[in-house]
Amino acid sequence: MFSRAQTAWLTIFFSCFVIFLYGPVLSIILLAFQGPEGGLTFPMRGFSLHWFEELWRGLGVVDISRGLRRSLFLGVLVMIFTVVLSLCAGLAFRKKFRGSGVLFYLTIASLIIPSIAISLGIALQFRLLDETVKWLGQTLEIQWIIDDFQTSMGLIASGLGTHLTWTLPFGLLIMFAVFNRFNPSYEEAARDLGATPWQTFWGVVFPLIAPALVGVALFGFTLSYDELARSSQALGAVNTLPLELRGLTTTVTNPSIYALGAVTTGVSFLVIGLSLGLFWVLRRKAGNIR
Amino acid sequence: MPPSFGKGMTRSTSSILAVPFALVLAVFFVLPLLLVVVVSFWDYTEYSLIPDLILMNYAELLHGCFDWDQGLCTTFATYLSTFKYVFLTWCFTLVIGFGVALYLVFCVRSLKMQIVLFLVCTIPFWTSNVIRMISWIPLLGRNGIVNTALMSMGVIDQPIEWLLYSGFSVTLGFVHLYTLFMVVPIFNSMAKIDKSLIEAAKDSGASAWQIITNIIIPLSRSGIMIGSIFVITIVVGDFITIGVLGGQQIASVGKIIYVEMSYLQFPAAAANAVVLVSITLLMVAAMMRIVNVRKEL
Repeated sequence: MFSRAQTAWLTIFFSCFVIFLYGPVLSIILLAFQGPEGGLTFPMRGFSLHWFEELWRGLGVVDISRGLRRSLFLGVLVMIFTVVLSLCAGLAFRKKFRGSGVLFYLTIASLIIPSIAISLGIALQFRLLDETVKWLGQTLEIQWIIDDFQTSMGLIASGLGTHLTWTLPFGLLIMFAVFNRFNPSYEEAARDLGATPWQTFWGVVFPLIAPALVGVALFGFTLSYDELARSSQALGAVNTLPLELRGLTTTVTNPSIYALGAVTTGVSFLVIGLSLGLFWVLRRKAGNIR
Repeated sequence: MPPSFGKGMTRSTSSILAVPFALVLAVFFVLPLLLVVVVSFWDYTEYSLIPDLILMNYAELLHGCFDWDQGLCTTFATYLSTFKYVFLTWCFTLVIGFGVALYLVFCVRSLKMQIVLFLVCTIPFWTSNVIRMISWIPLLGRNGIVNTALMSMGVIDQPIEWLLYSGFSVTLGFVHLYTLFMVVPIFNSMAKIDKSLIEAAKDSGASAWQIITNIIIPLSRSGIMIGSIFVITIVVGDFITIGVLGGQQIASVGKIIYVEMSYLQFPAAAANAVVLVSITLLMVAAMMRIVNVRKEL
């Protein structure tokens, strides 16, 4: 529909957009490899791994490697829950059921309600829970609660729940997209040939939707690994990597923060690369079934 | 006929599969939001929450807002500032996102190339937002690339101060972070447009601009709406981008809630959050009237 000149302009526009999208991140990755005299900006002074070593030794009081491990752990946990729960819910949604409309709108709401409100709600919820536990401990004279109990907040309780309110909607929407395009005649054929529901699911449905599940897993892990807005008040005393990172933006004034940026972007790219690879492999397999 | 998972199952067994999903949302989404509403009517002291049913938090929120001769009250001024960024970000992401989708759908001929370029546009979504914010610092700072380049070219004598920690860098950051929320849904609805429609228009002598305004924009309306809902709801509650790229001068509703929480003024924060969530939901409800989200997946 476009003339040659118009196409050329749009190509230039798109190229500028890609540079705008990637340029800044590439620049900080480059700056992370500066020599020891390097500062926060260009020009590059020398070329070394100095700032990565600095990062390895730790940035002041902040324990980066622990933050990284927490984020990876929570990311994997969120990923598993997101895949399983979205898959089950996606299967349920193939038929109308009582409350399916409400659940759908709740899912959309979980996506669009400002994160700060959800973070506040979860902080309140766990604060009230803590107070209840402490009160119970005191009235029933349960010694360990009186002595040791601090908070029920943590990665696995409030952290996991908070992240799921962000990743599950993406997971379910992907499942909708998959099942809206899913041709049920494959299942019907399997059933007609006498397959049990379990066999139909694992032998036919699952391989066909497996590539999409890799997509759900990718969303589950990366969205959790980078989550900040909802976690900000909902984790209690433990900090994930993005939370540490945001704290560091105001305190660290040397390129080691870029080195940290390079490391976490590296992790993200590794995960994206692996997922895309797995996606293509499974898609090819699904193609064979068809 | 034996049942199978999903299709063909009895109604009760299939709905059981949605229970874990629904439970998570009930415990970590519905219940917390209900608590926010409840606590917004509570009283508080420096160190404790006192269950109550008072309107004090809302009254304080609107304190001085209807004395028109006193100028704008803090709350209205904050909402005005927030909506300024919402509007600016929406305009820029819409125009850029539409242009990118237009290029991907109508200028890229091979499907393989289309997928690759689409991925190029979406990959940053899976990387860290904080890193993407920080990455503007070496470019826009006092001694950043932009200032150094402009000074060496002789365009300016001293570094431009408003590039970083300003409304400019906040808007730039938002556009950088969230344009792909526009690209993906608009691409999705544009890709469904029947190409023969465009051929027909072209054969009847329509210009590219006429095709865009009369065919493509109306037919990608739902994508535009979904993208807009995403961008607007994310920016309206933001406190992180405004915190990292805005220095300390720029106000937003999200930031007020955040600050109140750090002072443990939970009921005040809750009242603010109730107002913010209500406004957000009203805006979304208005936009949903124009498009059926579920049909678009």
